[in-house]
Amino acid sequence: MLQGFFILLACQLVGESISRGLHVPIPGPVLGIMLLLLLLGVRGWQTGEDPARQDTALGFASDGLLRNLGLLFVPAGVGIVQSFHLVLSNGVAVIVALIGSSLITMVVTVFVFRLVSRAVSAGPAA
Amino acid sequence: MTAPADLFHLWVYLAASPLLWLTVTIGVYLMAQQASVLSGNNPLVNPVLISIVTIVLLLIVTKTDYRVYFAGAQFVHFTLGPATVALGVPLYRNRALVRSAALPIIAALLVGAPTAMLSAVWIASAFGAPMTLKLALIPKSVTAGIAMGIARQIGGDPTLTAVFVIATGIIGAIMVTPLMNLLGIRDYAARGFAAGLAAHGIGTARAFQVDDVAGAFAGLAMALNGLMTAVAAPLILALIRP
Repeated sequence: MLQGFFILLACQLVGESISRGLHVPIPGPVLGIMLLLLLLGVRGWQTGEDPARQDTALGFASDGLLRNLGLLFVPAGVGIVQSFHLVLSNGVAVIVALIGSSLITMVVTVFVFRLVSRAVSAGPAA
Repeated sequence: MTAPADLFHLWVYLAASPLLWLTVTIGVYLMAQQASVLSGNNPLVNPVLISIVTIVLLLIVTKTDYRVYFAGAQFVHFTLGPATVALGVPLYRNRALVRSAALPIIAALLVGAPTAMLSAVWIASAFGAPMTLKLALIPKSVTAGIAMGIARQIGGDPTLTAVFVIATGIIGAIMVTPLMNLLGIRDYAARGFAAGLAAHGIGTARAFQVDDVAGAFAGLAMALNGLMTAVAAPLILALIRP
């Protein structure tokens, strides 16, 4: 487990360092994901085994974190106590914007995904 | 018998130590999760929402400052970073599936990411919201750690953005299952991708609750949208600036 956490932290550290140090416009954690995928790809190719199995240190640490992903957003969410005033004074605009935008975004995204997905699977057959 | 003075000393110790609020954060979340399971994973019984409301009430009742709370809760907050990197693991496990859906993924990302930013700004504009609010809304669909960085970059208020990010995540997580059922979408890859793109990690947590493939695609969408929004936010800003 410890080794798993180390790998995740090390990938994030390298990602943040590249993002900030070289002023790359890609966020550090995203570079971290890319680096982790690269490591997993190389390792899988070297050993011929699945390096992300559930019983590996990395698999165990990652599954544990992702199972409780919701918890990790709680401290930042409680931060609403600091901006009650600004949010409440524009309450309607904020609530309508958040609900409306979430609805529009999900509908648009899922339809584009399905549309292209159907076009691709129909393509080779036609 | 404990004298009131002793209790007061105990409170002084607890109030100054990160131990109390760290334990409360995890304890409240565990209870909220239990409630969610008991409700049969009903989307309205969202563990993140219940936890936030409960802890906000606790802070108000005990007159505790957010900074004091965060001194304890920061250990949980910090884990967001490694947890974001950990999304690489389900992605790797589902790599064959992701590769086979590469085109729908790219198309949905290219259309979905600007939709998430512009729709929020336009609706807020229609209601006459001030620029501060609109700037903080732009990265609201992106996971907290990345969104706060984007807000800083475009001149928005990062703490306000964090609140909008969490609210968006909860709204998306509550809406996604009934919405997708209503639309008759049974493709869990597409459902998960939409949830992760619109509602980042909280949408992804919801997707994992429903289906493993949906979770993997939600995690992918969350990562890609973090990247896409970081790159596109300055362009969107140029578009909405008068």
